[in-house]
Amino acid sequence: MPIVEARGIHKHFGALHVLKGVDLVLAERELVFVIGPSGSGKSTLLRCLNRLEEPSSGSVVVDGVDLLDPRTDINHARQRIGMVFQSFNLYPHMTALGNVTLALRKVAGKSRDEADALGRAALARVGLADRAGHTPGQLSGGQQQRVAIARAIALEPRVMLFDEPTSALDPELVGSVLGVMRDLRESGMAMVVVSHEMGFARNAADRVLFMDEGAIIEQGSPAAIFESPSHERTRAFIGQIQRH
Amino acid sequence: MSSWERFLETFFNAKVMAKYLPDIAHGMLVTVELAALVIAAGLAAGLALALLRSLGFRPLNLLIIFVVDLFRALPPLVVIVFFYFGLPSVDVAPSGFVSTWLSLTLVLMAFSEEIYWAGITSIAKGQWEAARSTGLTYGQTLINVVLPQALRLTIPPLTNRTIAITKGTALGTVVAVSEILGMASSAVSNSYNPSPLTMAAVAYLILFFPMVVFGRWLETRMAWKR
Repeated sequence: MPIVEARGIHKHFGALHVLKGVDLVLAERELVFVIGPSGSGKSTLLRCLNRLEEPSSGSVVVDGVDLLDPRTDINHARQRIGMVFQSFNLYPHMTALGNVTLALRKVAGKSRDEADALGRAALARVGLADRAGHTPGQLSGGQQQRVAIARAIALEPRVMLFDEPTSALDPELVGSVLGVMRDLRESGMAMVVVSHEMGFARNAADRVLFMDEGAIIEQGSPAAIFESPSHERTRAFIGQIQRH
Repeated sequence: MSSWERFLETFFNAKVMAKYLPDIAHGMLVTVELAALVIAAGLAAGLALALLRSLGFRPLNLLIIFVVDLFRALPPLVVIVFFYFGLPSVDVAPSGFVSTWLSLTLVLMAFSEEIYWAGITSIAKGQWEAARSTGLTYGQTLINVVLPQALRLTIPPLTNRTIAITKGTALGTVVAVSEILGMASSAVSNSYNPSPLTMAAVAYLILFFPMVVFGRWLETRMAWKR
């Protein structure tokens, strides 16, 4: 059974048709990379997968749970879907540990002691065991993003969604975040990654999706997409990216 | 009698002051009581309205905005007089104390709602999204993530506004509340000497000066570090 099965996703923002019938099926342990020009709908697609964005039509089933069914407890379902944002979105008034443990206590119903233990373990997984008491303002961008990853994985999600996780980082900080993502991938986490980190995609992705104007233009192995794209738009986009 | 002695005799008359000190002290007590009740009820009601408004229920929000704008536009004295002299004609007769308390509470509610609301809406959308993506409900996100940040932003403007409105307790004198100014005014009529007004001014300074200093301290301490 796939871990994520999104079918026929349409999304309208007023007159704007942002997603035009997109299908995305993600197997267990699979890492899918989504690339495409800005405004192509890749972030919107990602946000439909945990219903931060409400699809106008289509179906989204994650870990066997139909997210668009009105009877589904979306807050319960979201524990199983970790999300990491471009701008980290850490809670600035809490420590790193506080950021990681909030949902453990409020959503997963752990006691403070249990949550602290799980939170510290999650911070250790991203290499920040010694930063538990720091507030986001005291951390570098790369460290903040790793705390954000810890916040998501502490809930033991079945799939992780990454929305341009390294785009807001200084170049020298990108590596530490990609390193954590690589570890996560090796532990067998299913992941959907919207990003332009081509090197990472080449090494880690099982499949690359190219989106443009709200539709998936083509998809395949990283080698197939990057070396011999079959579609002209894909070729143009990859050419542009690689020139930089 | 030199003019300096006449000045002291008029505004710092020891005999008059000694005689009316208990009255002014009683007035201070009433002012403190009134101010505390206004602050507690006004700030709580304002926060409640801001939270209701954050639910985004349009007809309710239009009503909230109307009420808030109404009490921001009306002079507090007009509201007090309306409650005290107007309501008895529909067989509700609030005392001067209740009229003043209710009026100032509504005014503080209106102004503080706007301040809370500005604080809530100034919190980045990403904070909501991050919290909701981990499964927190709307209410949990509001209470644990958004409000702590929003309240911190609102403390300086809220303190200033609270001081400004709380000073309005002196308006209660118009509807016979025995607060500081009321007590001082009647002492002036009885003694034919304005010294009690000097005492009233000192009494207000004793009460409000620390609040102003506290507000200034909060403002520097709570300034959001970016």
